[in-house]
Amino acid sequence: MSVYLRLAAAQVRAHAQYRASFVIDLISNAVVTMLDVFSVLILFRVTRALGGFGVRDVLVMTALSATAFPLADLLVGEIEKLRGYVRTGLLDTVLVRPLSALFQLLAIDFSIRRVTRVVQGTIFIVIALTLADVHWTPARVVLAVVAPITGGLFFCSLFIAGASVAFWWIDSGEIANSLTYGGRDFTMYPVTVYAEWFRRLFAYGIGFAFVAYYPALALLGRPDPLGAPAWLGWASPLVAPIAMTLAGLAWRTGIRHYRSSGS
Amino acid sequence: MASGTATVDLGFGPSARTFAALARAGFRRYSTYRQAAFAAAFTNTTFGFLRCYVLLAVTGGGVAAGYDRAMMTSFVWLGQGMLGVVGLWGWTDLADRIRTGDVLADLLRPVAPVTNYLATDLGRAGFAMLARFVLPTVVGAVAFGLYAPRHLYTYPLFALSLLLAVVTCFACRYLINSAAYWLLDLRGVNILWILGSGLCCGLYFPLTFLPDWAFATIWLATPCPALFQAPLDVAVERGNPLLWIGGQLAWTAIMLLLAHVVQRRAERKLVIQGG
Repeated sequence: MSVYLRLAAAQVRAHAQYRASFVIDLISNAVVTMLDVFSVLILFRVTRALGGFGVRDVLVMTALSATAFPLADLLVGEIEKLRGYVRTGLLDTVLVRPLSALFQLLAIDFSIRRVTRVVQGTIFIVIALTLADVHWTPARVVLAVVAPITGGLFFCSLFIAGASVAFWWIDSGEIANSLTYGGRDFTMYPVTVYAEWFRRLFAYGIGFAFVAYYPALALLGRPDPLGAPAWLGWASPLVAPIAMTLAGLAWRTGIRHYRSSGS
Repeated sequence: MASGTATVDLGFGPSARTFAALARAGFRRYSTYRQAAFAAAFTNTTFGFLRCYVLLAVTGGGVAAGYDRAMMTSFVWLGQGMLGVVGLWGWTDLADRIRTGDVLADLLRPVAPVTNYLATDLGRAGFAMLARFVLPTVVGAVAFGLYAPRHLYTYPLFALSLLLAVVTCFACRYLINSAAYWLLDLRGVNILWILGSGLCCGLYFPLTFLPDWAFATIWLATPCPALFQAPLDVAVERGNPLLWIGGQLAWTAIMLLLAHVVQRRAERKLVIQGG
C-alpha cells in the first residue's frame, strides 16, 4: 500500500508541475457534478415527472450515481489506458516488476483532482436526501452510507472488465465506455424511463438497477412501480462483490492471454 | 500581427489541388482505423438509446420545448451520428506535436498550418460520415423512426449546415490545441472544453429546454450551438433554417480568423520542445 501511495504522490507532483493546467483541471472537476445535477433540473423544467418519479426522488438516484461513478473513476479510472499499454507493449515493463500489474497500472496515472468529484457527490447525497424528506431509521442511515460505496465498487469492476477486453481486441477503442460512462448515464435516472428490453439488459442483466434505483427506493420508502419486492433495495449492495469477482476473473484470464507487441 | 491587422493567408498556393490532396490523405489516414471507428459508432449507438429513452420520457406523448416525438428521436440519433463527424472531442494531434516539438515540421511546410490541418480534418470528417454517421442513424430509424422532413430543400441545407459545423468545430479544436504553445499540458483545458461544449452545444438536452434568454445568450456568446444544435434544428425543421445557417456562417468566420491570429502569435513566441 505504501508503494501505491508513493507512486500516486509522484503522479500528483508531476501534474502540478504544469501549474496553470492543474488549476483549470481542479476547477473543471469542481463543476462536473454540478453539471449532472443541472441537466436533471433542466429536464424537470420541461416535464413534471420522469418515469413516474418527481424531481426530489430522481435527484436521490442522480446523487447516488454521481458519487458511485467518480469513486470508481478515482480508484481505477486510469485502467482505460490499458489499451495503449497493450498496443505499445509497455505492459511488459509493468509485468517484470515485483508488484501486482493491476496495482501498478492504477498508480501510474493517479489523479488527485478526481477526489473533488467524490466529495461533491457526497455533499450532493446529503442535500438530495434532506430535500427528499426521508423517514430516517438506523437501517436507512447505514444504507445511505453503504450504497454509494458498493455502487462505486460495482463501477470499479466494470472499468476493469471493460479494460480487459483490450487483451483480446486492441482496437476496441471506446467500446468499454458504453458500460462505464453509459452506466453512469443509465443510473442517473429511474429505470422506469427505459423500454422493457433495454431495461432487462442494462438494469438486471448487467445490474445497474442496484447502483442507484433500488437503493433510492429503499431510502425513500417507495414501492417499485415495476413490482419488485421491497427487500431488493436492501440487498442491492450484494451485487458489488459478485461483480468484483467476475471482473477479477476477466482480468486474470486476460493478462494470461497477453502476448507482448513484438517490437 | 502586432499591429492587429489580420491578413488571412489561406495558403492555397498554386491551386486547390493541394487542399484536395491533403483532404484525401486525411481520409485515408483515418480509414486505417476501421475497428476503432466501429467501436466508437457502437458506443455512440448505446448512448443514443440512453439519451433517447430519457428525452422521450420528457416529451411523453406531446411536444416538449418545440420538439415532438419524431423530432426528438431525430435530434438524438442524428446527433449521435454527428458526434464523430463533427469531432467534438478527442483531437489532440496538434497539442501532442507542440509538446514533443514535432510541430516544427508543420511550420516548415509551404501550406499554412491552419489550412493544412483543416484539409486533413475534412478528410477525417468524410470518412466519419461513412463509419460513424450511418450506424446510429440507421439504428435510430429502425428502433424509433426518424422525423421525415417536409421540404426537399432540408436535405441539402442539412448537408451544408453539417459542413459548417465540421469547419467551426475544427477551428475550436485548433484554438484549444494551440493553448499548448503556452501551457504545454492540456488536461485542464480539455476537460473544460468537454464539459462546456457538451452542455452548450445541445448534446445533453436540446438547448430550447433552457429559458429563452439563456438559449439566445449561448448562441450569441459561444460557437457551441453552431456545432450541434444548429444542424439538428435544420434537420428537424425547427425554426428558420436560414437563421441557423447564417449564425453558423458567422461563427465559422470568427473561429477560423481567431485560429489564424492565434497561430501567428504562437509562431512569434514559439520555443521548440525536445531535442
